[in-house]
Amino acid sequence: MNFSLSPSADKLPTGIPSIAEIEQGTSLWQDAWHRLAKNKLAIFGGSALIVLAIACVVGPWLSPYGYEENNLNNTFSPPSWAHWLGTDQLGRDLLVRLLVGGRISIGVGLCATFVALTIGVVYGAVAGFSEGKLNPKVSAGFCATLAGVLYFLITLFTLGSFSSVYESLVTVFTAFFRLSQFQVIIGGASFGFVGAIILNYLGVKLDSLMMRIVDIMYALPFTIFVILLMVFFGRDIWLLFLAIGAVEWLTMSRIVRGQIISLKKMEFVEAARSLGLSNTRILFRHMIPNILGPIIVYTTLTIPAVMLLEAFLSFLGLGVQPPLSSWGVLIKDGAEKMEEYPWLLMFPGVVFSLTLFSLNFLGDGLRDALDVRSSKD
Amino acid sequence: MLRFIVRRFLETIPVLLFIITATFFMIRFVPGGPFTSEKAVSPEIKANLEAHYGLDKPLYQQYFDYLGSLMKGDFGPSFKYPNRTVNEIIWDKLPVSLELGLTSLAVALVLGITLGVIAAIKRNTWMDYVSSSIAMTGICIPTFVLGPILVLVFAIHLGWFNASGWYTSYDRVLPSATLGLVYAAYVARLTRGGMLEILSQDYIRTARAKGASEFRVIFRHALKGGLLPVVSFLGPAIAGILTGSFVIETIFQIPGLGREFVNSAFNRDYTLVLGTVILYASLIIILNLVVDVVQVWLNPKLKFE
Repeated sequence: MNFSLSPSADKLPTGIPSIAEIEQGTSLWQDAWHRLAKNKLAIFGGSALIVLAIACVVGPWLSPYGYEENNLNNTFSPPSWAHWLGTDQLGRDLLVRLLVGGRISIGVGLCATFVALTIGVVYGAVAGFSEGKLNPKVSAGFCATLAGVLYFLITLFTLGSFSSVYESLVTVFTAFFRLSQFQVIIGGASFGFVGAIILNYLGVKLDSLMMRIVDIMYALPFTIFVILLMVFFGRDIWLLFLAIGAVEWLTMSRIVRGQIISLKKMEFVEAARSLGLSNTRILFRHMIPNILGPIIVYTTLTIPAVMLLEAFLSFLGLGVQPPLSSWGVLIKDGAEKMEEYPWLLMFPGVVFSLTLFSLNFLGDGLRDALDVRSSKD
Repeated sequence: MLRFIVRRFLETIPVLLFIITATFFMIRFVPGGPFTSEKAVSPEIKANLEAHYGLDKPLYQQYFDYLGSLMKGDFGPSFKYPNRTVNEIIWDKLPVSLELGLTSLAVALVLGITLGVIAAIKRNTWMDYVSSSIAMTGICIPTFVLGPILVLVFAIHLGWFNASGWYTSYDRVLPSATLGLVYAAYVARLTRGGMLEILSQDYIRTARAKGASEFRVIFRHALKGGLLPVVSFLGPAIAGILTGSFVIETIFQIPGLGREFVNSAFNRDYTLVLGTVILYASLIIILNLVVDVVQVWLNPKLKFE
């Protein structure tokens, strides 16, 4: 071996930072990135997801076939050079259908997770940040908004099925102004105002009230409600986002609340307050950026749960409608024909499982990297 | 403890009432009804049918009538199965779904705890890696992929089981394995984590120092504490197994309540939908209560608040 008395910087063993690097220092995010980069499974998961997402977005444009293009002379053809993954019962190219289905599945996963993320973060932050009593004015505003949104949704649903989002919005707004949505909102506001005063009188704290609601909602059989929603109100994909997102925010709100409570007593919050900043500004500009780590981690773990729920609904025939495809639909179709044509089940099943696998490993890796305090399980 | 149980039990009443009310009115807002089908029914017959089932009364009166009959334990007549009550249908189908659920839960617990304990004891050996990767596979392969694959391999190629049906005790194997494996995976992960934490505690070292055998240390001292995360997971697991059985019953053609529920929702069979939703909701809520009680009983640090 070759020993040298004065090792130059480039001969240092890997992993030991040079003096220049130490002096420069690393931010918390850089540290987290280094920890993540060491986790091979997480990096594998992340790269697999990127490849898959690019394939799903770009792939269908490059393919000579359309996802709804029938070819009844070439049904159930096994994988070949012309059709890499074979064709289905109508002679449609499985690869294109898989990629288009991926757009839907990943899209649903991202959009519904975004809905869940927004509700969960705002709800949890408000619960954790609130100090005791309810403010009747805020409560009135909140209940009015809620009543308005509920009214909007009920009008949307009672109008029945609609073909396009634009059309439905137009119908809803005309119905809106014909019916007295104004009264509904006024009713909601007064309910919120009186309710807050009564709760204050009874000595109920906002935080415990909000968390009690979450506890109760945890016990509800939500999958059953989502099934009912999808059966009854048409299998509209936008409804799917809303319904799934409205179910998956509960855990997020608990996590955010816990984090906010632990931050509330920190000096930087006190400093912000003594500078005269408003509560909203303190909460959304100073505290929430500090809990981005746990939020990101839990978001990565919510996406597979959401995709699984979408595929579950599609498998029961409640998801997207033909000729559009999603991974759940393809798996369902494949399972019906698996005896004779196993590739129709195998390829969608493998791709879907691989995606769940990647998301789970990426989420676990991010948790180890970002959230140093919590242990693995 | 009795106060805790009574209080939690009383709390379930408004929750159930909320579920009943929400479902009842949601169904009624739906376009279409139980008597709209491809075959047009003449208006007179339709009016007669609606009068027979009390659908011509105002909605709020129907609601209170329904609550009244629920108090007597009567779920009302089914709209789609003439001459059958919802009670009869539930009585017929529920045992099948419960049997499927219980066997799956047994698979999940036995397999999951075994794998988890092995992984924790033999930490960072090949046995740990094998059982951890089995667990990860179970988490990533959803039931509706796993089920058909198991059928393909064990029923069609090897011919050990029937591909579908619910007649002999052999027919129970594949469905419960499919449904149980996913939850076995979660149980295994939780058991491994819980056991690893417990095994590094002082009282385990004390037990070893006293000369207790390794077997005794693990099964008498460590397992009770190590299983705590598993117990708190049981609530969500039970809910998941009950709803997961919808898919399993479809794949394996099992005549259970889950398939009936999905069909009844498609058919707008108002009373049957309501009956099954109420049944599933109460089952899940009551089982959650049981899990809470067991959890506190196992872990004296938590108190019945």
